Amino acid sequence: MAAQFLNRTLSGDRPRSLILTIVLLAILIGLAFAPFLFPGVRSLETAARICIFIVLVASYDLLLGYSGIVSFAHTMFFGLGAYGVALASTHMGRGYDALLVGTLAGAAAAAVLALMIGLFSLRVRAIFFAMITLAVASAVAVLVSQLSGLTGGEDGLNYQIPRELTPAFKLGELFGVNISGKILNYYLVFFASLLLFLLLLRVVNSPFGRVLQAIRENDFRAEAIGYRVVFYRTLATCLSAAVAALAGSLFAIWLRYVGPDTTLSFEIMLDILLMVVIGGMGTMYGAVIGATLFVLAQNYLQNLMGMASGATEGLPLIPQLLDPDRWLLWLGVLFILSVYFFPTGIVGRLRSGD
Amino acid sequence: MTQTLLETDSLTVRFGGHVAVDAVTCSFRAGELTAIVGPNGAGKTTYFNLISGQVTASAGSVRLMGEDVTRDPVAVRCRKGLGRAFQLTNLFPDLTVLENVRLVIQARRRMGFNLFSMASAHTELTVAAMAVLERVRLEPLRDQKVGALSHGNQRKLEVAILIALDPVVYMFDEPTAGMSVDEAPVVLDLIAELKADTDRTILLVEHKMDVIRSLADRIIVLHNGALAADGDPATVMASDVVQEAYMGRDLADV
Repeated sequence: MAAQFLNRTLSGDRPRSLILTIVLLAILIGLAFAPFLFPGVRSLETAARICIFIVLVASYDLLLGYSGIVSFAHTMFFGLGAYGVALASTHMGRGYDALLVGTLAGAAAAAVLALMIGLFSLRVRAIFFAMITLAVASAVAVLVSQLSGLTGGEDGLNYQIPRELTPAFKLGELFGVNISGKILNYYLVFFASLLLFLLLLRVVNSPFGRVLQAIRENDFRAEAIGYRVVFYRTLATCLSAAVAALAGSLFAIWLRYVGPDTTLSFEIMLDILLMVVIGGMGTMYGAVIGATLFVLAQNYLQNLMGMASGATEGLPLIPQLLDPDRWLLWLGVLFILSVYFFPTGIVGRLRSGD
Repeated sequence: MTQTLLETDSLTVRFGGHVAVDAVTCSFRAGELTAIVGPNGAGKTTYFNLISGQVTASAGSVRLMGEDVTRDPVAVRCRKGLGRAFQLTNLFPDLTVLENVRLVIQARRRMGFNLFSMASAHTELTVAAMAVLERVRLEPLRDQKVGALSHGNQRKLEVAILIALDPVVYMFDEPTAGMSVDEAPVVLDLIAELKADTDRTILLVEHKMDVIRSLADRIIVLHNGALAADGDPATVMASDVVQEAYMGRDLADV
C-alpha cells in the first residue's frame, strides 16, 4: 500500500540512484522542518527561496529538458505571477481574495501570453522561438519599469498580505521556536511548491510527457505518427509559463514586495539556466538539486569564503582569492567544473554511476 | 469492383524551375500492392512525400477515400489513414523499442493530451504494442534503446510502427534499403504477411526487381517525375519504358 502510494505520488518516476534518493530525502526533510532545524530569519528566507526556485526551475525543465524548447522568457512569466499578486493586493486591499485573484490572473496572463508567443513562433524553427521570447521578455521588463504609476517602476511595490501570514501574527511556541505568521507563510510556500513539483513530475510521466520526449527526439517522426507537434509544444509552453507564474505568486506572497530586480531581471533567467544545467536537464529531480545547491551557494558561499579568508590570513595571495567579494568568480569556476565533469548534470551523473 | 482508397489527381510539385513530380494521376485500390519504380531522381520519394504531406503540392490533389487531404498537415493525414515508413531509418533513438511502438498506439487512440495520468498505468497501450512487436518478432528486444539496435532490427521496427498505425494506406519507402542479403527477406516476409492479411492498400518503393516480382500486384513507373507506365508486373516489366528507364536511356529517344 505504502509503496503503491509512493509510486503514484512520484508518478512511477523514482530517483533510480541510492545517493540521489538520500540527497533528495535530505532536501525534503530539511525543507519540511526548516523552521525547526534551522531557526532564524535568514535561513527561513533561504529555505523559502529554495522551494520557490525548485518549482521555477522544474517548470523550465519541462520546456528545456523535456520538450527541447529554449525560452528566455521564463522570468517574465515568473514576474507576471508576482506582479499579479502585488497588483491585486494593492488595489483590492489585503486579503486572501486578493491573493487568489492575483495568483489566478497572473497564471492566466502567463498562459495566454505563452499561447500567443507559441502559436506565433513555434511553427517555425526553435531558434526563432528563443529570439521572440528574448524580445518579448525585454519589452515587458522595460514596460514594467516605465509604467511606474501602475507597477512602482524600479522601486517595485510593497503591499499588505493577510495578517496570519506575517511575522506580526503570533501563535505561541513549539519545540522552542516561536510560531509566527511567517512560519505559516513558509508552510504555504512549502506545500504549494511540493504540490506543484509533484504535478510537474506527473505531467512529464503522463502520455503527454511521452509525446514531448518523442518530439524532442525526432519531431519529424512524431508528426508522421500523428502528433500535431506545434500544439504539443505550445501546450508545454503554456503549462510551463503558468507554473512559473504560480511560483512567482508564491514569491510575492512570501516577500510582500515585488520589483524588477527580484522577479524580472535577466540575471534570474541566467540563474534558472545554470540551475537546470547543473542539476540535470530532463530529469525533474535535477531542478531540486540544482536549485538547492545554487541558492545555498548564493546565500552562504560568501560567508564560507569570509571564514576561509580569515583562516588563511597569514598566507600570501590565498586570502585575497578567498575574499567574499570574489564569490561570483568561484561560482563561475564551480559551474565550469560541474558542466565539465557532469555534462548530464548531477542527477544524470548519479544515475549512470549506480 | 474493388474500392479505390487513394487517388492522386494531376499531382505536381515544383522546386524552383525543377518539376520533381509532374501531373501524376493514379488511383490505388483496396487489397492491392503497388510497386513504384523508376531510376534515381525519378521522383518516387517526392511522390510519397506529397501523398503523406511532408511536401506540399504545387498543383493537383490527393484524395483519401474520396476526401481531399491535399492541404492537411502530416499529422492529420496520418490520423486519417496515411501511414508512412521512411527510407532512412527515422525513429526515436533514445527511447526503447516498446516505447516507440507504444507512442504510435497512443497517438492512434488520441491520448496524447492526457496530462495527469501515469503513462505506465495505461497497460492497454503496452499490450497492444507488444502484440505488434510479436508480429515483427521484436518482442525479445522490447527494453532495448532503439539507437543500440542493429540496422536490420531498426528496419523491422519501421515496419512495426507502420503496422501499429493500422493505416488505410501503407507506404513503404525502400524497406530493405541498406540491409544485407540475409536480413532483407525478414522484412519482405513481413510485408508479404501484411499483404495477405489486409484489405487496405500497400505502396512500395523498391529497386530490387526480384522483390517487386514476388510481391507486387501492379507496377507504376515514374520517370522524370511523370507517370511512364502502369499495369500488371509482367506487362510493365516487359515493356519498353521499363527496359529503357532501367537502361538509363532517355525515353524521348525511343
